Amino acid sequence: MDLINIFVKSIFIENMVFAYFLGMCSYLAVSKSVKTAVGLGAAVVFVLGITVPINWLLDTYLLKPGALIWLDAEYASIDLSFLSFIMFIAVIASMVQLVEMVVERFAPALYGALGIFLPLIAVNCAILGGSLFMQQKDFSGISEAATYGIGSGIGFFLAILAIAAIREKITYSNVPAPLRGLGITFIITGLMALGFMSFMGIEI
Amino acid sequence: MDRNSNAYTFLFVILLIAIVASALALTATSLQPAQAENVTNEKMQNILGTVGIEVARDSAQIPFDKYIVERIALDSKGQERSDVDAFSVDLKKELKKDVEEQSFPLYVADIDGAKYYIVPLRGKGLWDAIWGYVALKDDVNTIKGAVFDHKGETPGLGAEITQMWFKKSFDDEKILDSSGNFVGVDVQKGYQGGDNKADNAVDAISGATITGDGVTKMITERLQNYLPYFQNNTNVKVASN
Amino acid sequence: MAENKKLTKKEDLILFLSDTDEREGLLGKKNRKLLTDPLTDNNPITVQVLGICSALAITVKLEPAIVMSLAVMAVMAFSNMIISMLRNSIPSRIRIIVQLVIVAALVILVDQVLRAYAYDVSKQLSVFVGLIITNCIVMGRLEAFALGNGVYKSFLDGIGNAAGYAFILILVAFFRELLGFGKLLGVQIIPDSWYEAGYSNNGLMLLSPMALITVGLIIWVQRSRSRTLIEQN
Repeated sequence: MDLINIFVKSIFIENMVFAYFLGMCSYLAVSKSVKTAVGLGAAVVFVLGITVPINWLLDTYLLKPGALIWLDAEYASIDLSFLSFIMFIAVIASMVQLVEMVVERFAPALYGALGIFLPLIAVNCAILGGSLFMQQKDFSGISEAATYGIGSGIGFFLAILAIAAIREKITYSNVPAPLRGLGITFIITGLMALGFMSFMGIEI
Repeated sequence: MDRNSNAYTFLFVILLIAIVASALALTATSLQPAQAENVTNEKMQNILGTVGIEVARDSAQIPFDKYIVERIALDSKGQERSDVDAFSVDLKKELKKDVEEQSFPLYVADIDGAKYYIVPLRGKGLWDAIWGYVALKDDVNTIKGAVFDHKGETPGLGAEITQMWFKKSFDDEKILDSSGNFVGVDVQKGYQGGDNKADNAVDAISGATITGDGVTKMITERLQNYLPYFQNNTNVKVASN
Repeated sequence: MAENKKLTKKEDLILFLSDTDEREGLLGKKNRKLLTDPLTDNNPITVQVLGICSALAITVKLEPAIVMSLAVMAVMAFSNMIISMLRNSIPSRIRIIVQLVIVAALVILVDQVLRAYAYDVSKQLSVFVGLIITNCIVMGRLEAFALGNGVYKSFLDGIGNAAGYAFILILVAFFRELLGFGKLLGVQIIPDSWYEAGYSNNGLMLLSPMALITVGLIIWVQRSRSRTLIEQN
């Protein structure tokens, strides 16, 4: 598969938020202002960009059926793929810890703004989803996996940025009271997802 | 012991990992046979489905052994490969190789004296992989039946390829045109042919153009690799284009 | 006499498991509340805004939605129980990772069992079973409840919250399958005479964005009924 194709596809066509509804928890919780949305979006791009290729390495050289063949030919029949969930989540949790420490050290303002949401990235479905989809798609090289990770991250970034901007504007609109906040956000996201569906089937 | 000391933390982690790992390894190995059986049974069920034998997944083994008389792995020149077991060929892996290096599995069914050739298919739909099997009658032209499955096509649109009405539309279609050239079967949007079985086309699913094109492409791409074998091993001559 | 003795034993057990001085029956008022609250005014999806992620993509049909709900319920009940049992021995520094490992292990168990005994459904759910690990409801309840409460209470809390999640999931799937396919659980519900009279299935309901919009509408209905939940901005 072509790298550009993977990249564009993961941003627009297979958008984490609009096509698979992944990462919705933080998407809904942190999208009240554009500033925090940008912070969280950047963190997600970063974490996805690191964890997907690392998990690809794990999957290819450790977990897949026959992956251990590089150690010795007699391990060819070993299939550790049942461990993939636990390995992926361990990599993700430790990476998130790392990002948290780096952000705290170098960007204390951002750290304050993101607050409790940074640790929550570990349980952001989009991150684990990225690795699981990577495993399903069976990429042939680490560059493809990395492209997919970064692309998916940018897709999430775009989605959360867009919804945050809309939510900032919508405070001036007269939304029916019971629909305010969560309800209208769901409906807007649905409409945006309908829009994103027009990208379906594009190949580059 | 102090709950926050390093020693305690390490001890805790080691214990936890040991317990979790052994529990998982135990269930994974004990459930593995049942899982593998599901996968092979489904494959047999699908293969039998193309020749009109509908069986429950769990009881596919016996009719499969009865009706599928030969399973052959071919190379791209149509020669039999003795070193490969046709049933264990994974098309997902094969499709990543060059055509020259691929193995092409072929199943031959014998149902009350009638001979059918069953070819596994695999290609790309809108979202992800689509696959299936198509059975040819022994004129190597008329389709006996086809089954399709998919990984993630849109429900109600592309996912309809698994439905009976779509599969049925392939019955008795021809893969050769009137002058004997191989053309495959075209899944056509706005199909006007009615019941015409000689025009190498079937009606597409509305709203699922790309999935339909994927089916067209998959049939043509896969079947053309079997033409050399059909040339040499059946009494029907196929003009290859 | 024997009956009485038995009862005290049972109560002793509850006392041990729930870690409080209150004595109450297995399904006393407070415990019942743990089960029923998440269904309505403290619903994990529409009120606590947790666990929407892995859910919505599989609500096209009722069957996968029900299986998914059961899987989440099993994972939540047992992870809540296990974490509650360990709550006094987990080193606080590695708390999150211990929770993730236990949840992940339970999810792997569920996934393996589904693959062996419910193969067709497991194909439909594909990666979304794995995504139960990152379902925020699971982690959220572990942090908020299981770490500070007794085993039995945590078990009930797990079941209750999973039921709240299941309720929304099944409701969305109900509308999508009914309006999109005219079927429920694969059985045709809309009579043929309607189709002949010009009714047709709403293909839009099958598309994934409609899941979001359906949830939005459910929230609207719920908040119109209990107005305390209305947000200010």
